[in-house]
Amino acid sequence: MRVTMTINGQQRSDEVEDRMLLVHYLREVAQLTGTHVGCETTLCGACTVLLDGKAVKSCTVLAVQASGAQITTVEGLAKKDGELHPVQEGFWEEHGLQCGFCTPGMLMLTVDLLNRNPDPSEAEIRHALDGNLCRCTGYQHIVNAVQYAARKMRGGARRSA
Amino acid sequence: MAAAVVPKFVGSRVKRREDPRLISGNGTYVDDVTLPGMLSVVILRSPYAHAKINSINVDAARKLPGVVAVLTGEDLKGKIGSLTTAAPAEHIPYHPPLAQGRVRLVGDAVVAAVATDQYIAQDALDLVEVDYEPLPVITDPEKALEPGAPIIHEEFGTNISTRAQVTSGDIDGAMRSADRVIKFRLVNQRLAPVPMEPRGTVAQWNQGSGHLTLWSSTQGPHLLRSYLAEMLKLPENRMRVIAPEVGGGFGCKLNVYAEEVLAAYLSMTLKRPVKWIERRRENLATTTHGRDMVVYVEAPVKNDGTLLGLKARFICDAGAYLQLLTPLIPGFSGMMMTGCYKVPAMAFEQLVVFTNKMAPDAYRGAGRPEACYIAERTMDMIATELNLDPAEVRRKNFIPKEAFPAQIPSGLVYDSGDYVAALDKALKIIDYPKARADQAEARKQGRYIGIGLCSYVEICGIGPSAMLPPTMKGGGWESATIRMEPDCKVTVLTGVSPHGQGQETSFAQIIADEFGIGIDDVTVLHGDTAIVQYGTGTFGSRGTSVGGAALMMATQKLQAKMKKIASTMMETPPDKIVFHQGTMALASDLTKSIPMQKVADAAYGYKVPMPGIEPGLNEAAFYEPTGCTFPFGTHACVVEVDPDTGVVKFLRYVAVDDCGRVINPLLVEGQVHGGIAQGIAQALYEEVVYDENGQLLTATLMDYAVPKAEMLPHYELDSTVTPSPVNPLGIKGVGEAGTIGSTPCVVNAVLDALKPLGIKNLDMPLKPERLWRAIKSARKA
Repeated sequence: MRVTMTINGQQRSDEVEDRMLLVHYLREVAQLTGTHVGCETTLCGACTVLLDGKAVKSCTVLAVQASGAQITTVEGLAKKDGELHPVQEGFWEEHGLQCGFCTPGMLMLTVDLLNRNPDPSEAEIRHALDGNLCRCTGYQHIVNAVQYAARKMRGGARRSA
Repeated sequence: MAAAVVPKFVGSRVKRREDPRLISGNGTYVDDVTLPGMLSVVILRSPYAHAKINSINVDAARKLPGVVAVLTGEDLKGKIGSLTTAAPAEHIPYHPPLAQGRVRLVGDAVVAAVATDQYIAQDALDLVEVDYEPLPVITDPEKALEPGAPIIHEEFGTNISTRAQVTSGDIDGAMRSADRVIKFRLVNQRLAPVPMEPRGTVAQWNQGSGHLTLWSSTQGPHLLRSYLAEMLKLPENRMRVIAPEVGGGFGCKLNVYAEEVLAAYLSMTLKRPVKWIERRRENLATTTHGRDMVVYVEAPVKNDGTLLGLKARFICDAGAYLQLLTPLIPGFSGMMMTGCYKVPAMAFEQLVVFTNKMAPDAYRGAGRPEACYIAERTMDMIATELNLDPAEVRRKNFIPKEAFPAQIPSGLVYDSGDYVAALDKALKIIDYPKARADQAEARKQGRYIGIGLCSYVEICGIGPSAMLPPTMKGGGWESATIRMEPDCKVTVLTGVSPHGQGQETSFAQIIADEFGIGIDDVTVLHGDTAIVQYGTGTFGSRGTSVGGAALMMATQKLQAKMKKIASTMMETPPDKIVFHQGTMALASDLTKSIPMQKVADAAYGYKVPMPGIEPGLNEAAFYEPTGCTFPFGTHACVVEVDPDTGVVKFLRYVAVDDCGRVINPLLVEGQVHGGIAQGIAQALYEEVVYDENGQLLTATLMDYAVPKAEMLPHYELDSTVTPSPVNPLGIKGVGEAGTIGSTPCVVNAVLDALKPLGIKNLDMPLKPERLWRAIKSARKA
């Protein structure tokens, strides 16, 4: 079956098996290996990408279901000139990653969260992170990273009470 | 007078140099390695915990288009040796990479299919027919000891793999002279390490040169190479093992696995590159587990809370086969079970017992969380039984600061410590008197609030090498090479194999300070046996304490050589020269200097011969530790248990850790956070569950409770700093401390909360259901 989608601003079209998962399409056909496979069952969130702007777990979306969609992966976060997205910057500044395997999913989820809620509380951040597992950080530095990114994206404004 | 050298990077919160590639999707994990003509391997695993294999029919699978090979255990007979254990044991079972005639656990590998892609390989396995004849199953190690229990390896005639007995001091005398002997049973439940990246291996055989290159998600590429070489009968100099980006290990990626040798063998025989990537279901079933021991504790005490001795009987689950360190790990639990306390006598007996389950092996802490659980539950049991304050019971029994280096009954020598200081600091931060007053007030209102303490000590950087079993490859030592390149940039090759710990940053901090250069002038390479000299690897919190010490040794050799060269150019004795801001300067007057570049030019150009000095700037060192390090600290937390739901809520979590000298506080915080998370997970959430048929009930992340962000508290960290005298950097290590200190702390807090109900002991995980049932039955009674 033929699928056509725009990935990180670039359109591509490929013939794929009906059963091919979106994550395998991204990794093996489009050669974008930044998106990881951690559990194949929608539980860990390592494969999170943005599909038409919303965070989805690409291990339980078929490539054919994503045909016609706009996909953003971790490779599409930074600007063309290499300037990091504030969410990437936050994870770097606040030591929000150790082994880095869950990180691409965490970053994409955070972009979605901050689009929906630019000023989340710690409790709201922890709640939003619940679909994505991290085994290294114990989450506190990830919470700090999200807060850093939120501040930066709001232009340095303080969190409202 | 020599100018004081002020460290610029060591001790600073330098953000990680590893991160730019990892936050942009440019890291290369094993599944990201793609080679021309590469095939996919998928493995069919046993659905039975114990069964005879009557027949396997792979004919249909082999005929499927796209399938290149389908192998069973019979095809490997005589071709690949047995997987092995590094530790001595009385009975070591034969462990083929694919089962031969019998399966002994759910997940035992039975058939491997190799195809042009993983979808086709899976299709092929769906066509395989295996005729299993189920056999009686044993999953409880205590029942496995009973007469008439099914024997898992018939050739041994017993389910006991090995036993150990250690006695020190007059334990019988301690029992006789005690006012009372407190006896209880502790269960340290089975856990799954669950690194976010499952395991995986890519193997590439070069038929022309007879060389094998193997990428694997491993913590010890050199150890893996040595063990694979033995199994494959290949010389080590024809094997290159690469640990690419590794997505977490926590001990379980130290083991040498069936799939690694299988991938190598398949590539060698098919003459094509092959890739095997573990699925999460396989990860939960067949990557080594952790913990799993039952301990019967006897603690003779005086009525004032003085502990006179400690006696324990351990029954340790070995699973169906011994993995690399399975029989070794319980030893640490026995040797360290007296914790921070001056105990005149101790005795323990350990039985390591086969069951139809996966083998436990190293998992963050590896033996010390179990030891600490014994010591710290004992302290709280004493406090409960004698109605004493748990903080005071600890204080009374601590090994005093003046006693270090302190030999404990097991024979280990604690390097340095100040246990009172860490306890006092934690009590102060949590405001212990107020916390107790608040608790009393809450109890009046019918609320169940508990305060938990844990004063831990653990053992890291195991050495000298003679402490490790003679049968284990590698040693307690570590290696480093340092090169000053012709352009004055520094390359470090370390024998440790970091996978998230951040030594590309912390080692660069050390080197930048040592040479007075920028941190970006240093590159740290690791994890490739073709690039790096032999090393032991990353485990047991040894990366910086042992790997860093090796780096310092190599650095000092290089500095001595460079000073010798500079000395001829500056006409000054070498010992009067220091490294300063990219120059080599007179210690007494830093303005009198030559650029370091001139020394590099002289060493590499060598146009002016330097008698007695070889060209080049390249030094290596192998550091053998003189002793182990013993990090310590006190964790304190306040929890509230909801009696209607059994849910535990954290009100405070305070950790005061002493890991000796700190290179990068940001990285130390990260290690402590992650460690605490895994320790809390054991106390409250995680448990690998097999049913009585040996079926794994926790085979997905829906069933195995890796904590989510909302399930963990906000950690409040502080520290004391007691440098270790055993290595030149004064470092103790921090990778596992958080895990070791947190589990007993949380259990003690929950049990303290439930004290008014008369509940004294409960087994982990203290999940809502278990607490709700305990509360319900206590209220009935």
